[in-house]
Amino acid sequence: MRETLLEISGLNVRFSGARTVHAVNDLSLSLDTGEVLTILGESGSGKSVTLKALLRLLPEKRTAIGGSMKLDGIDVMGLKGRALSDYRGKTVSMIFQEPALALDPVYTIGDQIAEAVRRHTGASRAQAMDVALDMLKRVRIPSAEQRLRNYPHEMSGGMRQRAMVALALACRPRLLLADEPTTALDATVQIQVLLLLRELQKEFGMSIIFVTHDIGVAVEISDRIAVMYAGNIVEEGSAAEIIRDPRHPYTRGLLAANLHDAERGSRLEAIPGSPPPLATKPDHCSFAPRCPHVTPACLKALPPVFRPGPRRRVACVLGERAFTTAQQVPVHEAAQ
Amino acid sequence: MTDQQGTDLNASPDRGGPAQPLVIARALKRYFPIRKGLFGRGKGAVQAVDDVSFTVRKGETLGIVGESGCGKSTTARLLVGLADIDSGDLIFDGDKLGATLTHRELWAGVQMVFQDSYASLNPRMTIEDTIAFGPKMRGVAAKQAHAAARDLLARVGLAPERFAGRYPHELSGGQRQRVNIARALAMRPRLIILDEAVSALDKSVEAQVLNLLADLKAEFGLTYVFISHDLNVVRFISDRIMVMYLGEVVEIGPVESLWKKRAHPYTAALFAAMPSMDPDNRTEVPPLAGDPPNPINPPSGCRFHTRCRFAEEVCATMKPAARPVDGEAAHMAACHVLDPRSGHTMAGAPGLETADA
Repeated sequence: MRETLLEISGLNVRFSGARTVHAVNDLSLSLDTGEVLTILGESGSGKSVTLKALLRLLPEKRTAIGGSMKLDGIDVMGLKGRALSDYRGKTVSMIFQEPALALDPVYTIGDQIAEAVRRHTGASRAQAMDVALDMLKRVRIPSAEQRLRNYPHEMSGGMRQRAMVALALACRPRLLLADEPTTALDATVQIQVLLLLRELQKEFGMSIIFVTHDIGVAVEISDRIAVMYAGNIVEEGSAAEIIRDPRHPYTRGLLAANLHDAERGSRLEAIPGSPPPLATKPDHCSFAPRCPHVTPACLKALPPVFRPGPRRRVACVLGERAFTTAQQVPVHEAAQ
Repeated sequence: MTDQQGTDLNASPDRGGPAQPLVIARALKRYFPIRKGLFGRGKGAVQAVDDVSFTVRKGETLGIVGESGCGKSTTARLLVGLADIDSGDLIFDGDKLGATLTHRELWAGVQMVFQDSYASLNPRMTIEDTIAFGPKMRGVAAKQAHAAARDLLARVGLAPERFAGRYPHELSGGQRQRVNIARALAMRPRLIILDEAVSALDKSVEAQVLNLLADLKAEFGLTYVFISHDLNVVRFISDRIMVMYLGEVVEIGPVESLWKKRAHPYTAALFAAMPSMDPDNRTEVPPLAGDPPNPINPPSGCRFHTRCRFAEEVCATMKPAARPVDGEAAHMAACHVLDPRSGHTMAGAPGLETADA
């Protein structure tokens, strides 16, 4: 039975300061319990900002956030003080790209995990240490008893990332946010961490929002993929739908640029130009200046959102029809 | 070609003829000593590059792959002369470095493009000045050097009238990497070493730069050494691939041959670690456990034996020699399994892994 865990609607994030940046624009997203969703996008597409907004980590003075976010019945936008600290770590937690920066260098791994456990569950020091040890074993850190007393600098990159996963999952959050956790790792270590996350997700029954720019990683980890460009989701669907039937020209360009099937020596179908600076809120399709299928309508108004199937959407005037030879009859709905 | 660019800085001439490999690296070695304690006494060394031999033919692209710490960047720096060679020979178009070839002459023929496009540009120089700087130092008249710089900017896809006067911070990552490529080209090199040159770029921009590299190679008759951790990119751009592990070459061969048959267990594991791209057929078992060992005290014998699932006693004691795979001399791998006389129980077996087996 499907059970919606997270519902984001109309999320807007604007940073002000020397330069105004409209980082996230009218983003809507829903996530089920036990589901793994990947947000796929390039640098500056707003994927990390979305995660940080969910954890309320953005600097309050310089950020204007609008819209609503509901997670497990909690109104995230309205949280403050003690309730916010309870929410962070217990309901949602996050792992980052660079574990060396995210872990505290002056405390041992065991102390850091135990601190989180004691803070959220009120366990005694000894109990919390037991939880920490159990977590290190679950993330397959060899000789966990000794590693408990290690400082972050004494561990290798892959080991540190495992330790951070242990820390994030110590309080059994409902939702794990993963911001490019494998990007800094070697390929052989990356796949180990991905498989570990997949396993722990099943074991704990939690949901994951995984952020990456690598389509291959997205396919390995996720049930569904949302492709993000210029602060909004341009296409969403199951991993198979995105890979086999990409409809947005940007998704198609990204797939071509992955070079997985590219013939050697052939010319790549590169997307020309670079992403927009987002100094103003987009009033037309943000991808239009780089799009090979651009029409006058694309430059006049925001693109309509087509929903060719359940939990599938494409924000493009061409979204109605599939690009592949297998023509499907899409369910046409009005824009959101 | 030279006149077309309006510069009198000539490319170093092709002396050896087409049959002479552009680069021959013979038993290259580079250890970085670790100094500890008050008097800086030596405490071992990072064996960054150990007994590495390979050739780069004229006009080809050699891809180097491997995990962090495998020595691929150090190998690149040895080729450009940015790091000193402890022992071994580097022969550039028939001339041995240190004997008939000086570093200055080597630099006339070899240029490098680095991963961090921002750190490798001078923030206080406009990009036109940056590109013209090298040729001017070589004695090209300023006027000519700047004209050539503007030509090159146009050639790498940056309209000179818009971009020539800009500073590095006014450009995007992809644009800066184009500037770095133009700067390398300004010295009219024959060999360009691209050390993770596209790794920091977004995928859509990466494709643009790869197309540009292919065009420039054809136009200027260049030879590339392309270093990357992304196997898809390396497969796309390279003619031959060299796989390194902890400072050693474990396998080298033509792309098709290597893609068809991964003779060394490490090559097989590295390829298997690539994400699958098929949602119905995801990776279920990680091909390797643990992290690469520390290159300070690498394992004895075959350096891969601590992580290899075919490892036997002989692997820990004896260093395997490179042998041709399936009798194909161009495709070499260093594994005891390939040597019928090594004493490995699987020695002489028809092969470990074939494509997607």
